[in-house]
Amino acid sequence: MSARILLSTARRALAQLRHDRRTVAMILVVPLVLMVLVYYLFENQPGTFDHVGLTMLGLFPFVLMFIVTSVAMLRERTSGTLERLLTTPLHKADLLFGYGLAFGLAAAVQAVLAAGLAYWALDLRTQGSIVLVVVIAVCDAVLGMALGLFFSAFAQSEFQAVQFMPAVVLPQILLCGLFSPRPQMTGWMRDLSDVMPLTYAVQGLQQVGLFSSPTALMWRDLGIVIGAALLALALASVTLRRRTA
Amino acid sequence: MDNVAVRVVDVVVERGGKRVLHGISTTMPRGNVTGLIGPSGGGKTTLLPAIVGVQSVRSGHIEVLGGPAGSPGLRSRVGYVTQAPSVYPDLTVKENVRYFASLYPRDDEDVYRVIADVGLSEAADQLVGALSGGQHSRASLACALLGRPELLVLDEPTVGQDPLLREELWQRFHDLARAGTTLLVSSHVMDEAAHCDRLILLREGQVVADDTVAAVRQKAGTEDLEQAFLKLIKQRSGEPA
Repeated sequence: MSARILLSTARRALAQLRHDRRTVAMILVVPLVLMVLVYYLFENQPGTFDHVGLTMLGLFPFVLMFIVTSVAMLRERTSGTLERLLTTPLHKADLLFGYGLAFGLAAAVQAVLAAGLAYWALDLRTQGSIVLVVVIAVCDAVLGMALGLFFSAFAQSEFQAVQFMPAVVLPQILLCGLFSPRPQMTGWMRDLSDVMPLTYAVQGLQQVGLFSSPTALMWRDLGIVIGAALLALALASVTLRRRTA
Repeated sequence: MDNVAVRVVDVVVERGGKRVLHGISTTMPRGNVTGLIGPSGGGKTTLLPAIVGVQSVRSGHIEVLGGPAGSPGLRSRVGYVTQAPSVYPDLTVKENVRYFASLYPRDDEDVYRVIADVGLSEAADQLVGALSGGQHSRASLACALLGRPELLVLDEPTVGQDPLLREELWQRFHDLARAGTTLLVSSHVMDEAAHCDRLILLREGQVVADDTVAAVRQKAGTEDLEQAFLKLIKQRSGEPA
């Protein structure tokens, strides 16, 4: 691994984003619009936006980075650039962490904007600090990115890559505790929810909502999210093969 | 140092259960331009990645610059340009070349030199995706020249280029060879064969001819390489020439 190659790979991924103004606008603006929608949806139910809005701050970066990364990686595979990169001194880890750094930065900007809007314009209230909310949101983004890198290996076209969104992301959103509280789920549903990493991201955010200082459960949940992201990155690196059969 | 850049011994490659290369053997001397010529489907595009080490070989072995093909130590010594240009269409020519330059690393002087070498100086700030097909593949070639590889493997680099530029590219290939680089260039166009020092004619996964251009002409008794290949193919399959 080389810091120089990792940084220049991150810079290259950001340059690609920069040339794609429409995608940048979507990444930054869409979460804000959705946040406003959610706010008015629960306008007449006091306290609900504090819960749902907070969860949304964790979901946006996760979903968006999953899609952006799986398509970017798929392009890398199908365009032959991946094959070429692997014939240069670049190491797989440089590529994976380079993407991680670039999209992590993009996610951080997105999370700060969305959280800023929620707290200052829409009056979202949490016991804990907004800084922790942004930190967890960025970790969610890295998780989404790592899963996107991994699942892109199973797609042969951008069409298929986008289909992994409902297949991989939606079940996690349904079972993360947003639609139905986890304690009310039946046994096997609960088990499924337990093995999905997004569950812990949402639970960690709720801890920040409920308690003024970081709780042990929040740190554990954050640890699980980061652990799951690292596991997915390790699996993704196995899928970057130099040799074709 | 061995004077052989690439040694291919009894190489068999299967793709999707079909045998594409039937036990090929050949050697390529250093500092030479070797042309890998033959019809599409003849096995050219399978032999090249096998030499670069990104295509698994069923049996036989390939030695490149003294080591087994694809070994990690060779990665920075072998440059490879695939037929489909492998550069980022959503970056400019300069951004592409700069990124690949950072991997080795090479400085800005090299970046501008290789862009000029492939005749893209005027288009350096254009998005690669907006270029013509020929320019697109030259952008890809520029990135490969950056590595200053000892062995440069080029899959159909002159397809779709205008005749003047094609001459310049061949000139450039010979300059590189004189400076010590070994080049392996594939083409399905016979009139490109005359530009090479040596020729390997590949047809249906087998080597039909493997010699210097002069020797191929002499063996077939004709100056016209297209005719020469036809003769050699017929001789090989036992038909009267």
